[in-house]
Amino acid sequence: MTAAAKTPPAPLTGLDQVAPGHCGVVQVVAAENGARRRLLEMGFVPGTPLRVVRLAPLGDPMQIELHGYHISLRRSEARTILVQPA
Amino acid sequence: MSSPPETRAKALHVALAGNPNSGKTSIFNGLTGLRHKVANYPGVTVERVEADIALPQGRARILDLPGCYSLAARAEDERIARDVLLGLRAGEPRPDVVVAVVDASNLERNLFFVTQLMEMGVPLCIALNMVDVAQRSGVPVDAAALEQALRVPVVPVIGRTGWNLPALREAVSRARRAEGRTWRFPGAGEEALGIVRDAVGRAGTVPPEAVEGEAVRLLVGDAEEGGRGGAGVAKALEDARARFRAAGIDAESAEAECRYALCNDIARRARRVAPSSGPSRSERIDRIVTHRVLGPLIYLAIMALIFQAVYAWAEPFMGWIEAATEWLGGAVSAILGPGVLTDLLVDGAIAGAGNILVFLPQICLLFLFLTILEDVGYLARAAFLVDRVMRGVGLHGKAFIPLMSSFACAIPGIMATRTIESRRDRMVTILVAPLMSCSARLPVYALMIGAFIPDGWQAVTLLSMYALSVVIALLAALVLRKTLFRGGASTFILELPRYKLPSAKGVARTVFDRGAVFVKQAGTVILAMSVVLWFLAYFPRSDEVRQRASARIAAGEPKEQVRAEEAGEQVRQSFAGRLGRAIEPAIEPLGFDWKIGIGVISSFAAREVLVSALGVVYGVGEVDETSTALRDHLRQAKGPGGKPFTWLTAVSLMVFFVLACQCMSTLAVVKRETNSWRWPLFMFGYMTVLAYLGSLLVYQGGLALGLA
Repeated sequence: MTAAAKTPPAPLTGLDQVAPGHCGVVQVVAAENGARRRLLEMGFVPGTPLRVVRLAPLGDPMQIELHGYHISLRRSEARTILVQPA
Repeated sequence: MSSPPETRAKALHVALAGNPNSGKTSIFNGLTGLRHKVANYPGVTVERVEADIALPQGRARILDLPGCYSLAARAEDERIARDVLLGLRAGEPRPDVVVAVVDASNLERNLFFVTQLMEMGVPLCIALNMVDVAQRSGVPVDAAALEQALRVPVVPVIGRTGWNLPALREAVSRARRAEGRTWRFPGAGEEALGIVRDAVGRAGTVPPEAVEGEAVRLLVGDAEEGGRGGAGVAKALEDARARFRAAGIDAESAEAECRYALCNDIARRARRVAPSSGPSRSERIDRIVTHRVLGPLIYLAIMALIFQAVYAWAEPFMGWIEAATEWLGGAVSAILGPGVLTDLLVDGAIAGAGNILVFLPQICLLFLFLTILEDVGYLARAAFLVDRVMRGVGLHGKAFIPLMSSFACAIPGIMATRTIESRRDRMVTILVAPLMSCSARLPVYALMIGAFIPDGWQAVTLLSMYALSVVIALLAALVLRKTLFRGGASTFILELPRYKLPSAKGVARTVFDRGAVFVKQAGTVILAMSVVLWFLAYFPRSDEVRQRASARIAAGEPKEQVRAEEAGEQVRQSFAGRLGRAIEPAIEPLGFDWKIGIGVISSFAAREVLVSALGVVYGVGEVDETSTALRDHLRQAKGPGGKPFTWLTAVSLMVFFVLACQCMSTLAVVKRETNSWRWPLFMFGYMTVLAYLGSLLVYQGGLALGLA
């Protein structure tokens, strides 16, 4: 798994896989029903750039910055958001 | 045919709407001063806050709607806000003007909600709040440019300081309908939307100018909700959704995407500079407050402080209230002389009022801290820090403070659950909060441990009671989450708002409100129950018992002792006494006799009443838990079947008190918070069953093992 072996563009990953300090762009929100609607309303819409700010001391939930504000998500919720790592 | 006098008298209905954390409440406070009414919307747990104010154009009634992120959302409080805005709530007039509060430092997401409002055809004006914060964070917003982009009045304000609120009052008269929807669904989406629009128009559930917005909202919102417009709308929705699917468009995602594109565009035009990317002040604070090591330490320190305040600092105030109640009771008896009326006033009404007021110090102190932490922005971080721990038992990170406070008293704890947005999470927290071992149980433990538990075992016993209460509360939460409140996996999609200074006035208002709501709305129930309990323990009076006692005093027996014994005899043959005897067969397997039965019934007023009730029943007069006379009586007491009381009886009774909902004030406050008698009754039922089984297990198990 060297960097050279990776083929561009980077594959989509769940937001929970993005390390603190790293950025990504939302591609798909695959959560279910209520959570999905809420995530969309809070600005997790395709094309939105975001940044994982940090993890809570126990590794979960995550703090994320998007649209100039901060929000917290559980990893299980972040997993449903597919992002293009940047 | 308008009648001028009526038109003049009719107040303008203004609704204040906005995102949570947009500073809506501080603007409401600034506009209204302290003249507002707090109630519940009928049938739900959401609070309704309203005030009358004078605007330049006349009288107005201003309604502070629950904070909303969206009109299509499914949370209970957001539904209420939406229904009021659309004029769909019975008894609630559709607002004439909506003042939308927008956090200037968080423009895009706040505009998401505003653009939805703009499509609802209601006259609108915008309070662009926290312009100072936006300025300081390097993203100043140009109110005039925003006004140009939105085409409705925009007034920059600072709610916290009240800056420019007069201009906002004035702008209410300039409020105007926005131009409606300015974005379009891609591809075949618009055509599909047209089907819904036509159906909504035909159904006539909303005013014509709101039809378009309502159609969009139904399309992306709750699937069940279409039913409200009748079969026509439901059919159209199904049809439209099928078309969206066929076209490969996800309506929900497309709407949010288009709307955010619009919001980003508006925000770009309204900002003079592009947001800088350096770490903000909030981020620097977060680095410390949510730090891996420092974060939990700060959290624990703050929790310890809150607990100390509710547990210890409230104590002297509670002492004063108790002393004042007692003094007033004494004064009234001295003036009125002995008699039934005096007893009703002193032991029923005044003692009942004291029962209400005594909770105020704890409620006010807890809400003082809670409000400051919430206003500062720490409460969301606190939940962020402990969510992982709480989730293990199906609870939300925000359930920690209510449950911790319940160690002091479940009443402020239950009131504090209002910070939990999800109804499911909040209900579970409310239902298990009274299981946490509150301070009113301490006198019961002290009496029983002092009388029956040998030295060396006392501390362990006390600690076990606390441990038991926590374990059972967490297990109960787990079970409730898997049964009654199953599904809808709890989410933790929680905004972490920018840190800001709280306003003293806003904090004072919240603290005052919580105290007033408790006294007025839970207090009436507590007072009524106090009088009923007094009645049960007082009537019927036996003249024969009284005459016998008087004769003994006349014969030279010590007056005090005879009177104490008389009081015991009177209680034993009162309704409460008869009830105690009636339940004896039921409580016998727990190791209790009918005297304890009377104590358990009386202590429904408040758990600590058990001690004084037992004092009266055993004829030793008014005592507290340290009374050696009462301890002696208990040790000599014979339980069911002539078996003497042992430490096993004591443990059984303590377990009963850990688990039972022996507290009418808790039930009254649950009634007020859930706005229904269903949940307090359920709580009382499940906790009583739990207590009975727990006690039974301890006592019968102990006997079977030959422990006592």
